[in-house]
Amino acid sequence: MTNAMLAFHPDLTASQALALLTRGELSAVELTQSYLERIAEHDATVGAFLHVAAEAALATAADIDSRRRAGQSVGQLAGLPVAVKDVLCDSRTRTTCASRMLENFQPPYDSTVVAKLRAADAVLIGRTNMDEFAMGGSTENSAFQITRNPWNLQCIPGGSSGGAAACVAAGMAPLSIGTDTGGSIRQPAGLCGVVGLKPTYGRVSRFGLVAFASSLDQVGPLAHNTSDAALLLETIAGHDPQDATSLDTPVPPYTHTIDQPLTGLRLGIVREHFAEGLHPEVEAAVRGALEVYRSLGATIKEISLPHSKYAVATYYVIAPSEASSNLARYDGVHYGHRADESSLLAELATERKQLAAAGDQEGLDNQDTGLVRMYRRSRAEGFGPEVKRRIMLGAYALSAGYYDAYYLKALKVRRLIRQDFDAAFAEVDLIAGPVTAQPAWGLGEMAGDPLSMYLVDLYTVSANLAGIPGLSLPCGFTQDGLPIGLQLQAPALGEETLLRGARMYEQATSS
Amino acid sequence: MAITRADVEKVSLLARLQLTSAELETMTSELGQIVAYVDQLAEVDTTDVEPMAHAVEVSNVFAADQARASLPREQALANAPRHNQRGYLVPPVLGD
Repeated sequence: MTNAMLAFHPDLTASQALALLTRGELSAVELTQSYLERIAEHDATVGAFLHVAAEAALATAADIDSRRRAGQSVGQLAGLPVAVKDVLCDSRTRTTCASRMLENFQPPYDSTVVAKLRAADAVLIGRTNMDEFAMGGSTENSAFQITRNPWNLQCIPGGSSGGAAACVAAGMAPLSIGTDTGGSIRQPAGLCGVVGLKPTYGRVSRFGLVAFASSLDQVGPLAHNTSDAALLLETIAGHDPQDATSLDTPVPPYTHTIDQPLTGLRLGIVREHFAEGLHPEVEAAVRGALEVYRSLGATIKEISLPHSKYAVATYYVIAPSEASSNLARYDGVHYGHRADESSLLAELATERKQLAAAGDQEGLDNQDTGLVRMYRRSRAEGFGPEVKRRIMLGAYALSAGYYDAYYLKALKVRRLIRQDFDAAFAEVDLIAGPVTAQPAWGLGEMAGDPLSMYLVDLYTVSANLAGIPGLSLPCGFTQDGLPIGLQLQAPALGEETLLRGARMYEQATSS
Repeated sequence: MAITRADVEKVSLLARLQLTSAELETMTSELGQIVAYVDQLAEVDTTDVEPMAHAVEVSNVFAADQARASLPREQALANAPRHNQRGYLVPPVLGD
């Protein structure tokens, strides 16, 4: 493997392709075919997809073309290929979460996001790779394959939505769907040089999204530019009675307002974000972006989020606690992997004999029953190391004697983190800063050091804890040619401001 | 609070995970490091702060009290590793 670079910006943005499709100057089949060709040529190297639905995609595209030709009404995305992270249930294809546990899981229903994409006549082109159950920041925790960063094939693409970001960066899909629990859309978008948006908690339905940490998970778009991200967000956002945490608030027409610059924009920069540990090239690129905003008439104000230094600690109590509870459903009974029964019953019989021979009555009394051993073995075989680590951490934080010190304490600090944001947004419209402290790192470089990997989430987890929207957009490159991301954050339900603010920078810097 | 191997063993039963001796070893040291990091939360003054379980604190979301069709049995069993068309099958629970 050479240091070849497969990043590719298609000639057309999704919005431009849609205009051509609408005018009949391009067919959905032609467009889909061109993306499938690029996948066939390069995905063996990049590894962004776990499954490519070539036949189904072409059939959908042909159907849309014929309906369009017949003058029938078509959906908002009619004919545009969309890749979906393999964590959203789709009744027509397996949904694996990149886990052995769900390797053969065929959902009995569609997630609301997938249903909305179908209703919008999107062409579902394939399912993208991710860290197992969305736990990780490099996509190296997938049970099936690694994904490479299209800008440098020796580097990680970020994660957990690594496949979602890499497929867009490599020109293998114009639009893709990711999920973000602690930065899993914004971080890979930043490291792969694409736009990624985590909406306000509750803006997009979580129905049919395989749960990781239910109070933090959100679904959102990844795309080449902000207009395309706005188009995709507009399609998937909205109230869903099937998700009790879904917000019953109208979805603004993001695509209609995105080109309107924000006058008198007040941009906040967080003092704590520019502390020790920030890579000098990342800092320079972010400060350069701030200068662009200043030249566009924005005022830059330094603010403080005093509790932000506790965000990673808070997150790594709350997210694993919720995960340990959510992942209890994988028991080898209802669906998912189950250990071989005869071998585990034989194992128990052997243990019993040994304990009896040793006269170990306590050991005999405490031995797992057949059912408990079946649970434990099935889960041990089905989950990878990071998922096990988080389940253990969560079960520990929730266990008797530690609940108050960890879980309850973290929930209180979470409120303080939110209050910091409330105070900040009284003074500024958007907060700008880095997405990650450093650009994409080498494959395998952080494996075996879970705590360092967790600390990568420093700038992104606060938005999930506070429930506010955040967006990552490209703002330059390192000397080695790796993309650098700028993060913008807005108050709850401020997606419109967020997109318009991001578009201002994009327009000012596009050649 | 330092984590011991016995703690990890106990939690692995609560979490219904079977860990090998080597996994228990690594897990004890890794969880120890993470918990030591998380311990910094103790220094935050949270007197009179209400815990915040959800980012958007909506409450009492009611649905209409109407019967709806549920997942048909055949579909509910379709992904089960072992079933007998009527229910899920598990290893014997009573006796030997």
